[in-house]
Amino acid sequence: MRYAMAIDTKKCVGCSDCVIACQLENNVPVGYCREWVVESTNGTYPNLEMEFRSERCHHCANPPCVRCCPTGASHIEEGGVVLVTHEQCIGCGACIASCPYDARYPHPEGYVDKCTFCIHKVRKGEQPACVSVCPTQCLYFGDLDDPNSEVSKKIAIRKYKRLKTEAGTDPQLYFLI
Amino acid sequence: MKTTRRNFIKISGAALGTATLAGATFDWVSGSALNKVSPSALQAIRTPTYCEVCFWKCAGWVTKNDDGDIWKVEGHNDDPHCNGRLCPRGTGGVGMYYDKDRLKHPLIRVEENGKQIFRKATWPEAFRVIGDKMRTIAEKHGPECVALFTHGSGGKFLGHLLKAYGSPHITAPSFAQCRGPREVAFYATYGEGVLSPERTDIRDTKCLVLIGSHLGENMHNGQVQEMSQAIDKGATIITVDPRFSTAASKSKHWLPIKPATDMALLLAWMNVLISEGWYDKEYVEKNTYGFDQLKAHVQPFTPEWAYGITTIEPKAIRDTAREMANASPAVIVHPGRHVTWYGDDTQRLRAVAILNALLGSWGRRGGFYNPERISIPDFPHPPYPKSKKSYLDALDGKYSLATEVISNGICEMTTPSPERDCNIKGWIVNGTNLIHTLPDQEATLKAIEALEMLVVIDTMPMEITGYADVVLPECTYLERYDAIRNSPHREPVLSLRMPAVKPKYNSKPGWWIAKQLGTEMGLEKYFPYKNIEEVLDWQLKQVGSSLEEMKKTGVKKFKREYDDLYFADSQEYEFNTNTGKIELYSTEMAAAGFDPLPQYTEHEQPPAGFYRLNYGRSPVHTFSRTANNPNLTDIMPENDLWVNPRVAKQWELKNGQYVWLKNQDGIVSDFSIKVRFTERIRWDSVYMVHGFGHGAKKLTRAFGKGASDTQMISNVKVDPVMGGTGMRSNFVTILLEKPNEKEVTS
Repeated sequence: MRYAMAIDTKKCVGCSDCVIACQLENNVPVGYCREWVVESTNGTYPNLEMEFRSERCHHCANPPCVRCCPTGASHIEEGGVVLVTHEQCIGCGACIASCPYDARYPHPEGYVDKCTFCIHKVRKGEQPACVSVCPTQCLYFGDLDDPNSEVSKKIAIRKYKRLKTEAGTDPQLYFLI
Repeated sequence: MKTTRRNFIKISGAALGTATLAGATFDWVSGSALNKVSPSALQAIRTPTYCEVCFWKCAGWVTKNDDGDIWKVEGHNDDPHCNGRLCPRGTGGVGMYYDKDRLKHPLIRVEENGKQIFRKATWPEAFRVIGDKMRTIAEKHGPECVALFTHGSGGKFLGHLLKAYGSPHITAPSFAQCRGPREVAFYATYGEGVLSPERTDIRDTKCLVLIGSHLGENMHNGQVQEMSQAIDKGATIITVDPRFSTAASKSKHWLPIKPATDMALLLAWMNVLISEGWYDKEYVEKNTYGFDQLKAHVQPFTPEWAYGITTIEPKAIRDTAREMANASPAVIVHPGRHVTWYGDDTQRLRAVAILNALLGSWGRRGGFYNPERISIPDFPHPPYPKSKKSYLDALDGKYSLATEVISNGICEMTTPSPERDCNIKGWIVNGTNLIHTLPDQEATLKAIEALEMLVVIDTMPMEITGYADVVLPECTYLERYDAIRNSPHREPVLSLRMPAVKPKYNSKPGWWIAKQLGTEMGLEKYFPYKNIEEVLDWQLKQVGSSLEEMKKTGVKKFKREYDDLYFADSQEYEFNTNTGKIELYSTEMAAAGFDPLPQYTEHEQPPAGFYRLNYGRSPVHTFSRTANNPNLTDIMPENDLWVNPRVAKQWELKNGQYVWLKNQDGIVSDFSIKVRFTERIRWDSVYMVHGFGHGAKKLTRAFGKGASDTQMISNVKVDPVMGGTGMRSNFVTILLEKPNEKEVTS
């Protein structure tokens, strides 16, 4: 099993609903976030193009944050989901420094927090909060090992890019372009 | 500050006591987020609601946390407004409930030692003060002299109260400040309005034309969802916008039009469709009136003529007309929603309506569907007293085609003038912060100064509350019942809002406030029920449902009974116009003394050193009402000023620098605004999101954040057809230094 997410940049309107749904679902304190939206514009008026990307932890297959964690709090769980066990985390911030995507934040309670792919929902057969709330349905989540999953089907037929692959992280967010 | 009878009172300080910690918002259960996120026992209990953060009113479910308090709101799967997915504002709607700056108690304006302050009051005290004032106004001037401004669900009940009292003056800014010209134009053309939610069949369209309508930034949920579906299906999107909007970035054709010239483009498109013979001949022949006049009328308006005005190349005009014709009838020239721009807005929307008729899209799949809703009777009550006077009587036949009461007309009628005998003396304002809603703030404040009574019913200490005699704290939508949401859609659909929790503080639902006020004023016969549940249950039973059923299902769909979703080719249709046809040539407009066919009017362009102020929406905010919502301000705490880098260079601006604005009338913004360099805006315009720059200090998150576009809108172009307030003829220049400290209302 290999969980992954595909983000259709052609449909995303950058509304940040994913961010708010995530904050509420996961009790992320106001002022912090596990995911964010990037607006990227190229060109000069009126020859322009623009892309919106809903971003979060890339749940890398080769995650530097797990390798550098001194306590083992950062670890890989079922389906390749990268998680932090809050009770084991000493908040040293090594993982934050090692992440090329800046996907982790120091929670005011003293531990490091990040996207979990809403594994608590996924285990119940539900979709992550960001996926189920997205008004444009531009987020697809599922198992890459299952060719019939939404995410596998999208990746099979669409052109996509992954971010900062040069860091050798083998990221598992696929941006459909 | 000059002392007047109606000084702005801060809802804070001694009168109320407790200070709020800035930024302290939610008392979150923290710890191991992963382990504690799923409340167990209470999670199963969910209550239905429909959203009140905007007027799309998506149905949803409220889920509570382990403490029995509200955790989250999620969309209702069976609701066609949201299809199980709320927009960011709806998702963040919980912030309205948790906001610690909320109004907490009724407040009465009193004078103490020569100073006006708000005194905390009980509900009966507040009702007594309002009742006395309303009785006095009715005796002295007539009940017509009290008006209700409303932009929220509580307005239904307060409107009933006002009609029982004897006033027809119930108004909402959603007409004259927003979609009024559109409705009037479509009534004139098709005998029907576009309605809300819009009857646009976007999910099945092959070509969507957006003119200044920025879907995606304007998160009217169902439409944004359908636009995404249309993108998936490969529909062509054409966006006409001087700004590279989100929608423009999704478009095959973006026409970066010179601001205020849209009418020229619309006329040129008609010219091309007719002269090239690309219009839907069969549909036009069968269903429309006045084609020959239209043909002759648009003959001179060639793409070459429009090029000089719009800066859109003739080829692009022809290509896009061809795209529309190729998709016809599955094409939507979207009528937009906030369309009060330049004062000839009804005429511009007439042009949009005519274009759709030429393309045969009205009543066709992928164009405009025929919406249907069921009819729910009112809870029985005695007939309303007949009003003797209307504000229209005093306006000398101006705005004769308005289909709703014009808010700025009420404002005008409130300002004393020697020519009028009946001035409006009392306002009840519910859920609309008129200071940020009505353009020309000076006129609004002048009207307020003349009032004998101003009652504000709101959840938040918005600016308007500072001018009130009595402030009544309404509870949020998550804490109350409201009227059944009965929306026109592809299928008739009802939705229930019920309280998920008890109202916080001493706040109360709108229905209760209206009933209590009615009783205070001796109008109890109009409220012959114990509580709202009784009304809702009775109403639901008339249509074969019940409150009990709706509490379980939240949403109920009904079968269509009247016509089909789309016109059948074989059938003859009679339209609700004078000629029974779709009126390309409007006999109604002609009879009322207006151009029966839309004309191009040249609008002002900015003088040197000034930029046209364009304003719009953010996906995470609804006007000024969400500007203090902790969850939504977390995403967007302030607006910024979009400036083209070329302009920035001229002014030697730095990206992220704060500047002040001054408009053509010398009005300087109360607060500064952050500059954002972006190629997405023309060099002759600047852009900001509406709803920021609040001057009420008790809005701890919103106070002083960003600038208010409304404050800069003092040049109002009133639409002679229906009284809409055109707001896009205002020009601003940039002040690098803080202007001389002037007294800021707070």
